[in-house]
Amino acid sequence: MLETIDLECTRGERLLFAGLAFAIEAGHCLHVAGENGAGKTTLLRILCGLLSPTHGEVRWAGKDIRRLREDYWQLLGYVGHLNGVKDDLTALENVRFAAALAGHPAGEEVARHALGAVGLAGFESSQARFLSQGQRRRIALARLFLAHESKLWILDEPFTALDVRGVAALATLIGEQLERGGIVVLTTHQEVPLPGRVRRLDIHAPAVHT
Amino acid sequence: MSGTTFGAVVRRDLLLAARQRADVANTLLFFLVVVTMVPLGVGPEMNTLRTIAPGVVWVAALLAAILSLNRLFASDFADGTLEQMVLSGEPLPVIVMAKALAHWLTTGLPITVMAVLLGVMFDLPRDAIGVLVASLLLGTPALSLIGAVGAALTLGLRGGGVLITLLVLPLYVPVLIFGAGAVEAVAGGLAPRGQLLLLGALSIGSTVLAPWAIAAALRISLE
Repeated sequence: MLETIDLECTRGERLLFAGLAFAIEAGHCLHVAGENGAGKTTLLRILCGLLSPTHGEVRWAGKDIRRLREDYWQLLGYVGHLNGVKDDLTALENVRFAAALAGHPAGEEVARHALGAVGLAGFESSQARFLSQGQRRRIALARLFLAHESKLWILDEPFTALDVRGVAALATLIGEQLERGGIVVLTTHQEVPLPGRVRRLDIHAPAVHT
Repeated sequence: MSGTTFGAVVRRDLLLAARQRADVANTLLFFLVVVTMVPLGVGPEMNTLRTIAPGVVWVAALLAAILSLNRLFASDFADGTLEQMVLSGEPLPVIVMAKALAHWLTTGLPITVMAVLLGVMFDLPRDAIGVLVASLLLGTPALSLIGAVGAALTLGLRGGGVLITLLVLPLYVPVLIFGAGAVEAVAGGLAPRGQLLLLGALSIGSTVLAPWAIAAALRISLE
């Protein structure tokens, strides 16, 4: 489903990775691992289509994502480093706006259910500015509960700022997504036991040749 | 589906503006202060004031628009909402169009309404006030749209504030010339129709072209 072909990326003058080729089939999870600065976030942003690789391409179902554009993004659920949560909106408003933005508006019931699923029941009408970092992270993750149409989840450090129960709940959620035949690509530094078929991809900065 | 996304973005931006009233008030207050300071600086000679009024109102509207541009995309960029917008299943030009509309509703429209009062303050004849309001109504959408291109291009840059002024001001000049020109034409006993039509054309032209430029600029800024 999702494959990369001879991917190469240079940021500034530094070569992050080159010749990266992998394919992920439906129902599989890819765990991107590597040290700080190895280019994990960069790889994820390339897979989303936010960033263009220096060389190579990313394909979804055999087609270049730069050609698919909106058709690809419709299938994509992305939670990046930044939560994409507005401080001045309530938790419920944030979730409903995210759903409308993604192109499948959610009714209040659906949005409440999504917030309940990430353990934010009772916080629906609190403005995000009064919530903790972990709770804001949960609002961002609530987007994934809405987006059952999203075949592909790309999650950048989704477990940061979550408490133990939050981590377990998210791991379960990832397992369900894989069972549905979805694909999950994630990075994490925490040793979280992930259910389902998980492949690990280590990226290292290539040795510097002089 | 695009229609609902468009509506949702407009509603959200208006809601945010309602919750951050100080930001919106800042722009409008700036506009009001600049215009009201001019008679104090120039002196109370009624004929002079009547002559310079259209130009003063238009220059102030233009500066107020520039002042408000920074907040157009900056907060969405900082908190990651912009990434979600770019990765939306809906076309990005539709989303930025909605943002530009919300920006106009919170700057261009109130400025136009306030201009009625300011026209009276400068003792403009009734038909000149009418044309001033019409010119602002037709011209300010172009200010929001052209400004949004500049805001998108300078997003995340250090010193973006200075750059945005340099980028956007030359593009604002035609709007200023035709806007103030329309009111001066009425004062001089000529028909303002030509200038008003040109202003409308500028706004329609930027409505058609700017969203694509804004969308492309945002994608570049996020790389």
